[in-house]
Amino acid sequence: MTVDYKAIVKEGLWDNNPILAQQLALCPLLAVTTTATNGLGMGLATMVVLMITSLVISLFRDIITPEVRIPAFILLIASVVTVVDLVMNAVMHDLYKVLGLFIPLIVTNCVILGRAEAFASRHKILPSLVDGFTMGLGFTLVLTVLGAVREIIGSGTLFANASLLLGNAFAFLELQLISDYRGFLIMILPPGGFLVMGFFMAGKRIIDTRVAERKKQEAANQPADIALASSSD
Amino acid sequence: MSNASLISGPHTHAPTSVPYVMRQVIYALLPALLFGIVLFGLPSLWLVMVSVATGLASEALSLYLFKRPIKPFLNDGSVVLTSLLIAMTLPPWAPWWIAVLGVSFAVIIGKHLFGGLGQNVFNPAMLARVMLLVAFPIEMTTWITPAPIFSSAAPSFVDTFIITFGGYIPNADAFTGATPLGHLKTELTLHHSVSEILADYSYFNSILGWNSGSLGETSAILVLLGGIYLIFRRIISWHIPVAILATSFVLATVFSIIDPARYANGFYHVLNGGAMLVAFFIATDPVTAPSTPRGQIMFGIGIGIIEYVIRTWGSFPEGVGFAVLLMNALTPLIDHYIRPRIYGRTRSGKPLPSSQG
Repeated sequence: MTVDYKAIVKEGLWDNNPILAQQLALCPLLAVTTTATNGLGMGLATMVVLMITSLVISLFRDIITPEVRIPAFILLIASVVTVVDLVMNAVMHDLYKVLGLFIPLIVTNCVILGRAEAFASRHKILPSLVDGFTMGLGFTLVLTVLGAVREIIGSGTLFANASLLLGNAFAFLELQLISDYRGFLIMILPPGGFLVMGFFMAGKRIIDTRVAERKKQEAANQPADIALASSSD
Repeated sequence: MSNASLISGPHTHAPTSVPYVMRQVIYALLPALLFGIVLFGLPSLWLVMVSVATGLASEALSLYLFKRPIKPFLNDGSVVLTSLLIAMTLPPWAPWWIAVLGVSFAVIIGKHLFGGLGQNVFNPAMLARVMLLVAFPIEMTTWITPAPIFSSAAPSFVDTFIITFGGYIPNADAFTGATPLGHLKTELTLHHSVSEILADYSYFNSILGWNSGSLGETSAILVLLGGIYLIFRRIISWHIPVAILATSFVLATVFSIIDPARYANGFYHVLNGGAMLVAFFIATDPVTAPSTPRGQIMFGIGIGIIEYVIRTWGSFPEGVGFAVLLMNALTPLIDHYIRPRIYGRTRSGKPLPSSQG
């Protein structure tokens, strides 16, 4: 059985994006994405967890019987999250203080259990790893962009505290876009997250409809071209 | 064969249309609105004008974006009513961009993203009020003591423009003062008893409207008169306003009897803040309220309870906006469970017993 890696990548990044299409993991999304840096940090942490759990669960997929799969998955996920939690606390302590509570809560993140159930428990190791990576990447991208939009409108900065996450080399990312900005508090609060995410999802649907229409048109034009070409002979 | 065409019921016809209803509600609002403008001077007039202009512009923009006919919807008066209601709930000397943000949020996100007139789940005016209150707590709680137009207390003509468009109030301390509800809340946290706090409070001023407060909410009597006009004209029914006001009145009275030092009485709660305006003009919005009388009474009781609870134990002095939005969210549920009796059947849907036995 050949695996279509291109399809897996496309699924994770766009077609079946954890946020925009599956609408999973909205709790950390709304709570954490007050800045682009927080979104990126949360996304990366989730991505790492997703990759490791996909790998481990794919590895054990023949041993875990369907009856005990949910507790087994949760146990595996919880162990991985604990490791990530401790590592983040040690390496990126300042960012950890910001994201704090939400890192342990990755255990209950539906994206991770969802991918374990839907993909990793049925596929070989490499495809599962790729799936975990692209799903995590899709999650990270949406979280970062969402955080950026909320941060710009809400507090007029972009990638504030990026050096906490990426080290001092990335301090140039920290921008003060609007000076003396008085802030638009509601964008920082959860309603702002809902609003921006609503616009994102609407945007994805618009793009998908446009693409589908164009494909339909191309499909309709193709036979006509052939017919034209043959008639001109 | 006869040529008579078969027409299905119902055969009664009422000459009501959306523009007619909206016009009537606007007429009913005008006394309280004009009183507010007179009481708080020209800055409030500029604020009302900015609100209406923003409302019309955002409505036209949304209709254009959603490819709907612009002229009939723009002229039906609904957006003017929404803009006026938002302006009436704002602090009278709020800067212009508060009105612009609030009204455009209400019209574009609160109304058109849900599908336009008749489709919105939440009352757009209250959505704007709550959004602004959460996002800009300072601007939304800078209240003005009455400075009637053309009186010696009023700011100069140039200053009125600075207040609305310049974004700051010259000599602010001379003009600002707390609303009755805000005053009560602040003083209660300082452990003063209600009788001390309300020693120089006058119910007459609250009825008349000679108080700090939102642009068009201060005058209980004018709002009440407008509401009675609407009931008289059959634009609204009595169920929602009576349920809201009676619930908060009864709750406040009960708590005031239990501990008069900590809880203000029923009249205080009914006459102050947005209670009157919301009861008659906002909660009665036919789109966001339940459609059956029994459902409307439940809806009103819910608003009354939440309003009183937020005012009394919450962190905001006035919670009527949150109350309306929460009950708006429950409206589909209320309409699902409380349905009118079908003609010829009992409430449970069984056929009525035949009289012929």
